[in-house]
Amino acid sequence: MQHIRLEVKRADFVLNVDLDLPGQGISALFGHSGSGKTTCLRAIAGLERSAKGFVEVNGEIWQDDSRGLFLPTHRRALGYVFQEASLFPHLSVQGNLLYGLKRSGVNAEAIRFEQAVEWLAIGPLLQRRPEHLSGGERQRVAIARALLAKPRLLLFDEPLAALDLKRKADILPYLERLHDHLDIPMLYVSHSPDEVARLADHLVLLSDGKVVAVGPLQETLARIDLPAGFADDAGVVLDTVIGAHDDDYALSRLDFVGGAIYVSRQPQALGHRLRCRIHARDVSLNLDKMTHSSILNILEAKVIAIADTENPTNVLVRLDASGTPLLARITRRSCANLKLAPGMMLWAQIKAVALFS
Amino acid sequence: MPINETDISALLLTLQVASLTTVLLLVLGTPLAWWLVRTASPWKGVVNTLVALPLVLPPTVLGFYLLIFLGPLGPLGKLTTALGLGTLPFTFAGVVVASVLYSLPFVVQPLQTAFAAIGERPLEVAATLRAGPLDTFFSVVLPLARHGFMTAAVLGFAHTVGEFGVVLMIGGNIPGKTRVVSVEIYNHVEAMEYAQAHGLAACLLAFSFVVLLLLYGLKPKQH
Repeated sequence: MQHIRLEVKRADFVLNVDLDLPGQGISALFGHSGSGKTTCLRAIAGLERSAKGFVEVNGEIWQDDSRGLFLPTHRRALGYVFQEASLFPHLSVQGNLLYGLKRSGVNAEAIRFEQAVEWLAIGPLLQRRPEHLSGGERQRVAIARALLAKPRLLLFDEPLAALDLKRKADILPYLERLHDHLDIPMLYVSHSPDEVARLADHLVLLSDGKVVAVGPLQETLARIDLPAGFADDAGVVLDTVIGAHDDDYALSRLDFVGGAIYVSRQPQALGHRLRCRIHARDVSLNLDKMTHSSILNILEAKVIAIADTENPTNVLVRLDASGTPLLARITRRSCANLKLAPGMMLWAQIKAVALFS
Repeated sequence: MPINETDISALLLTLQVASLTTVLLLVLGTPLAWWLVRTASPWKGVVNTLVALPLVLPPTVLGFYLLIFLGPLGPLGKLTTALGLGTLPFTFAGVVVASVLYSLPFVVQPLQTAFAAIGERPLEVAATLRAGPLDTFFSVVLPLARHGFMTAAVLGFAHTVGEFGVVLMIGGNIPGKTRVVSVEIYNHVEAMEYAQAHGLAACLLAFSFVVLLLLYGLKPKQH
């Protein structure tokens, strides 16, 4: 577990968070710019000297101002990946990787080195200088460098924000690989809903320096009581398994708790796990099962709750599809016409599914 | 060009003073420059001003005050006498002390610029990779500021070689002890020995040209 209670006071901004986060997996700190997510991450790392409070990571206390304890950053066993890779320009890639490794004072270094190099596929780059790497390569080296410092907590500060879309897509699989292999907790700061939906297990929503929602990703994303600003991008995440391939129609069936959806044919084998995201704006509601519809994915669902959004035209409907939460964004007028109310059974039509493979 | 024995001795003495001064300045100037870049102390402005003073003061003013302070009746002179070191004016050590003060801005300011150019990020990265402050200084700051050190050393050395007024005030004109090249040139001119003055003057001109050429030639390409 990580216990984080921190307060940072600046003239124009106050960060005040109290978080208990799981001891493994990726916890995303999500919020708009100015919400304090980067400040929060820096405070956990000890880079914000004005931060007061308490930081404990898997049993190790890094900061407890009630006892006057403040470990400086270099005494906190963490790895930090900055938005810009920030490789040391005077060292080769290998020199950068060894910098933290040599100072982390742990054995079995050769194995760890080989493994990190393999996970991030940077073997061919070792002798190069940072200025001769592409942005994506630099960030992969920075991630490996952080990993080799033998952290108990890995901190990512928008590691993809400085990259273009193509490079982002190139790096995401490496992050997923880390997620699969590492047993240390990771904190991932992002303002990109797609990155969060794809990588995170746990979600912390920050707004104006305060935590507005925290919990497991699926649950938290399916909440309809989030403050204005989050509802626009509302949507749920489904963890699915490829259940069948239909080569006649070039489709794959993805199974999840309480249902299945069809998507275009996926290259992976049966049983492969896929995460997908369904935006609330891509879900429409019908009282009858539309048997003459071109829409492929129609799930039976129960209305759980209805909430206003910051846009007076729309409402957000939370549904339960046999155990899986769904969100639908429909117009207030449609809601009135259909006389929607909690407990009603209806049919949810899913117009689009975003796949993260 | 006729260069006699006292000229040679003046040349060697100049090299000694300049080398020792440069080493001392790098040792003292590095922490001073680092402090000036990092500190939020209210004294920063005052210290910066003191460091820059030799740039604008006539060397005779600096030399005059040093003569007073270091002389037998000055506070520092009393201290050095009490410590059994005697007084510093008109000694080699006195010339070196004066040179250090005189050339201070030429070493501290390039170092300040180089340290400031590194920025906060590399230091933070080093800290997240377990490097303590001293470790960070030697493993990150020194290599990243190496061009600044080169500039500081060259400027400090060259400026010390070129000093005249301060040495004349505090060092006098003692062969082998305080008579550096610039003073020797002055002596030759006073004695109407223009040929010899030419010889030494040409030496200094060539030296300064080569040093500055190296400095500008070695500057890293701007990205």
